Amino acid sequence: MTLPLLDDGVASGLLCGLLFGYVLEHAGFGSPRKLTAQFRLSDWSVFKVMFTAIVVAAIGLYGVTATELVAADGFYIPTTFFWAMLAGGILVGAGMAVGGYCPGTSAVGLATGRLDGLFFIIGMILGTAVFAAVFEPIAGFYYAAEGPEAQTLSALFGIPTWAVLGFLIVIAVLGFRLGTRFERRFGGALTAGQLNDDGDKTTGGSVETSNVRTG
Amino acid sequence: MFSEPRPFWSPLAAGIGLGLVLLLTFLLTGHGLGASGFFTRLTAWFGGEIARPATEANIYLGPFLKAAGGPLATWITWEVIGVMLGALVAAVTSGRFRVKLDGATRLSGSRRIACAIAGGLLTGVGARLARGCTSGIGLSGGATLGVAAFLFLIGFFVSGVAIGWLARRIWA
Repeated sequence: MTLPLLDDGVASGLLCGLLFGYVLEHAGFGSPRKLTAQFRLSDWSVFKVMFTAIVVAAIGLYGVTATELVAADGFYIPTTFFWAMLAGGILVGAGMAVGGYCPGTSAVGLATGRLDGLFFIIGMILGTAVFAAVFEPIAGFYYAAEGPEAQTLSALFGIPTWAVLGFLIVIAVLGFRLGTRFERRFGGALTAGQLNDDGDKTTGGSVETSNVRTG
Repeated sequence: MFSEPRPFWSPLAAGIGLGLVLLLTFLLTGHGLGASGFFTRLTAWFGGEIARPATEANIYLGPFLKAAGGPLATWITWEVIGVMLGALVAAVTSGRFRVKLDGATRLSGSRRIACAIAGGLLTGVGARLARGCTSGIGLSGGATLGVAAFLFLIGFFVSGVAIGWLARRIWA
């Protein structure tokens, strides 16, 4: 058996997706209020969950390549196109701050009964159509400043992968501490109980929050 | 009254779980998890249904229509269907499933809808520019330690905090 299995079949897609969606919902990421609270720095779950996941998966991928269970080039690594990817990150961040979701979490939101998730998806389809319509005039920007193919942080900084992983673990620990400190100041991360109150009846909750801030 | 919802997992537990799911996905497929790729294909499919000649002629969406089995016959379609099923199971079994118009808390219904569409529009353009979204580039690319992922994530967080600060009155 050679790893990765390169299984892009129906069962593989359903299995990976099922587990992905199951974990995202349990993290609270179906809620646009919880997701956007990250940007107001009052709930650091997005940072904590994403960074932990990146570190855990990165250690696993390092493990299977270092032990030669998988060839060094066995996994897909994106190539940098500096300006388009930075602009893309900025627009996706702005989109979440305004609309409450990113693409994956909008699917989670919709599946958990949130109709605004559906409207976000309609917006994404429109945005994708706009992008396609203007693709030719912006192609120069889209392909500008291409980096080395599949460049990793280890290659960029010229340090071994284990050192990059160590550095990311340090950032994760510091981020968790800083995040928890912020969360305490703003009255704690949003709980499932708070979020399942009807969104229209949140005035009471908001008043409490502002009391905590002034207090 | 609804039953009381069960608490979310701790961020550490959810993060470890998500990391293991991502690792499994890499070992099974050679690539990570994603989402926006599905919505690109869905856009191509809609284009093919309502404006086929124009969509076929489009340099970006056209190739998806020519794919064998149509634009949706691919791994990511099944993955996103799985995401929705997995999220549904988690929400129902935890007492967190509610049909409602969620979103920008302080706004009325129609304005919430406008915000969701506007946010989706920005995200749709952004994900195409970045060649992926928070899952495909940020999370999956991050696990491979790809430079592209961290560039994307820096832009995502800095912009999110800046726009989130401007939008704080409609959300909290």
